[in-house]
Amino acid sequence: MEPTIALAGNPNSGKTTLFNALTGARQHVGNYPGVTVEKKEGSYRHKGKRINIVDLPGTYSLTAYSVEEIVARDFLITEKPEVVIDIVDSSNLERNLYLAIQFLEMGVPLVLSLNMIDVAKTRGIEIDTQKLSELLGVPAVSTVARTGQGKEELMGAALSKAKESETIAPLVISYGDDLDKALGEMEAKIKAQDFLTDLYPARWVALKYLENDSQILEKGRKLNPDLAAKLEVMVQKVSAHLHNTLATEPEALISDHRYGFINALLKQGVIHRQYDQNRLYTSDKIDTVLTHRFLGPLIMLSVVMGLYQFTFTYSEMPVGWLEGFFGWLGDLASTHLPDGLFKSLVVSGIIDGVGGVLGFVPIIMFMFFGISILEDSGYLARVAYMLDRVFRMFGLHGNSVMAFIVSGGIAGGCAVPGVMATRTLRSPRERLATLLTAPFMNCGAKLPVFALLIAAFFAEKEAVAMFVITLIAWGGSLLAAKLLRMTVIKGAATPFVMELPPYRFPTFKGLIIHTWERTWQYIKKAGTVILGIAIILWAMMTFPGLPDSKVKEFGEQRTAITMAAPEYVVQEMLSADENPEFSNAAQDLKERLQVINQAEAEAGLKYSLAGRIGIVLEGITQLAGFDWRTNIALVGGFAAKEIVVSTLGTAYSLGEVDPEESESLSDALANSPAWSPLVACSLIIFTIFYAPCFVAVVCIAREAGSWKWGAFSMAFNTLFAFVLAILVFQIGKAMGY
Amino acid sequence: MSKIIMRQMKESQAGTISAIKVGGELGRRIRDMGLVPGTAIKIQGRAPLYDPVALKVMGFTLTLRNNEAEHIEVEVE
Repeated sequence: MEPTIALAGNPNSGKTTLFNALTGARQHVGNYPGVTVEKKEGSYRHKGKRINIVDLPGTYSLTAYSVEEIVARDFLITEKPEVVIDIVDSSNLERNLYLAIQFLEMGVPLVLSLNMIDVAKTRGIEIDTQKLSELLGVPAVSTVARTGQGKEELMGAALSKAKESETIAPLVISYGDDLDKALGEMEAKIKAQDFLTDLYPARWVALKYLENDSQILEKGRKLNPDLAAKLEVMVQKVSAHLHNTLATEPEALISDHRYGFINALLKQGVIHRQYDQNRLYTSDKIDTVLTHRFLGPLIMLSVVMGLYQFTFTYSEMPVGWLEGFFGWLGDLASTHLPDGLFKSLVVSGIIDGVGGVLGFVPIIMFMFFGISILEDSGYLARVAYMLDRVFRMFGLHGNSVMAFIVSGGIAGGCAVPGVMATRTLRSPRERLATLLTAPFMNCGAKLPVFALLIAAFFAEKEAVAMFVITLIAWGGSLLAAKLLRMTVIKGAATPFVMELPPYRFPTFKGLIIHTWERTWQYIKKAGTVILGIAIILWAMMTFPGLPDSKVKEFGEQRTAITMAAPEYVVQEMLSADENPEFSNAAQDLKERLQVINQAEAEAGLKYSLAGRIGIVLEGITQLAGFDWRTNIALVGGFAAKEIVVSTLGTAYSLGEVDPEESESLSDALANSPAWSPLVACSLIIFTIFYAPCFVAVVCIAREAGSWKWGAFSMAFNTLFAFVLAILVFQIGKAMGY
Repeated sequence: MSKIIMRQMKESQAGTISAIKVGGELGRRIRDMGLVPGTAIKIQGRAPLYDPVALKVMGFTLTLRNNEAEHIEVEVE
């Protein structure tokens, strides 16, 4: 059987770089069951032997406080990898060994990779690898993951460790008289009843009881309530004693002693430092500029603008190619398939649907490429550091800014990559609040709707109107986030305690792998669901079709017009392909037929399920000033926001209006008695805030880990939008607009 | 030698942690990152809005919010 090797280590220790160096493109990304933590697996060949490699989430410790830590330790317990390689940042040995000794306490077969040994050297740190290995009783290999140095040797050490058959005795650290005594007593009880010992070493279980570890406490209560209660009482006793004598608690004492153990270890000649440990390095000097009180925010603003430009400008061309390709495919199907429902399904349902899904791919790729650069270089952590104060007020995290900007915080983004950008957030509540509110930003697809309404009613104040719309989106998003954090996603702010990793040049390989795997996940998972929903939406706007009598009526009207025209004019019009230059008479005939076709389309839309929903809703939506035509358009907008424009066109008997050229429609709206500047305002507000398009909803559900949140975002956003739109409309009306 | 709260420390001020006065998740996170009694730290700077605070500890840079730094007692010269 292929051996499995797990890679573990602190965030920023070069773990992922090593994983990429080992597996190259032979890797795939999934999720751990039930949680949104990425699970990366790959394979490596060592002397002809295939080895399965799993990249565990980066953690600083093994508590039960974060999903990453629970996932990592559960993996070790349930999957029992043959060896765990702990990747340790050599320039930061003390803190990195804190995790290593916790692995040793768990009794996992460990190999240390002293990574970034080159960085340590330039910092004047010398490490006696041999000595460290002896003192800890585990193999240690120095590596440089970026260049692949030490890779072979590391895998060799890991494989020979895997071959060792003797069971590994867990490391025993002394935690002081009080705790050692309690640990001893608890351990004896645990061993006597084989309490959880099939999974964990007895002393480790006792330690976790002392640390008040929620996961182990829960497991214990289920397995053996009797003993669990006894252990908990013992913990209470020693806690009370510690509280009275030392004014501390077991958890604190345990981490103090672990660091004490590491310090004592390093002092035995393992590490030699040439300089003072807390001296400033190049990275800190860069930080004096990049996080400077005035320069910092300015530079950040231009970096964020740059990311935005990069994502949306450079992806324009490939997006254009894709659009062109699907347009061509649609035309091809249109000309070669016989008229009818099947053609409509293929062209409007499937080709448009798949085209819609793939149209996002270049944007997602460019965005992830840009964000990977910021993430891998260490700049993203600085963004969080500088903006945390602002975003915390709304229950968010400094890194929320990326998701907001990409979603359209600078008008013209897209919520799909925006929602996916929240992956860089490690605080679960803040992340959820971000991904639920980022779609309020003005994505590129909402812009044609705004452009249409502004052209019709506020033509002279175009720039001001767009600016106000952007401000409303930001204000609304932040306030909605605050609202969510005070209600459905209640809970204290996740501790910020964050490392600012030294600046590093990202490796090109790492960037490419990062970008590709995230994009591929989108195509694979979202693609199937999205195609299904596209077909459902198409069906809603197509069925039921007009009754035969109506179809016949329109047919008769067409026949009547054609019959009334002289024969040669009809002939001229039918030969359109060869002769695009029409005489006036033929042109006139063509336009009159067009009017009937468009009237038929309007009648068909009104008769369809979507139309009926629109009409039924008119009773309520009148409160916000929307008639049934607007309602249908908004239902259509769930497919993609720019469809609001083309559907309004159909509903106003103008045929399918191209969202890019909507002058005819804006004239129609400006002259319609059902419309006024106030209705336009109300609709603008509604369009900003109502349900995200279904592609975004699918992504929200995926990123949040549950369809519940996808459904929530549709319901909550629509309700939120509707309340705001009613307020605008009713207050405006009362004020006489 | 006197004990002050980390929140009140000035830029470039150095000291040794004497106590962490918080438990639960926050206390755990703080300790996991190496902020335990006896550790030498040095304030590196503050974010543009004076919060969070960045400090040097064991050779790396750590950031904490002011209301988190409130729980850390430091012995300074």
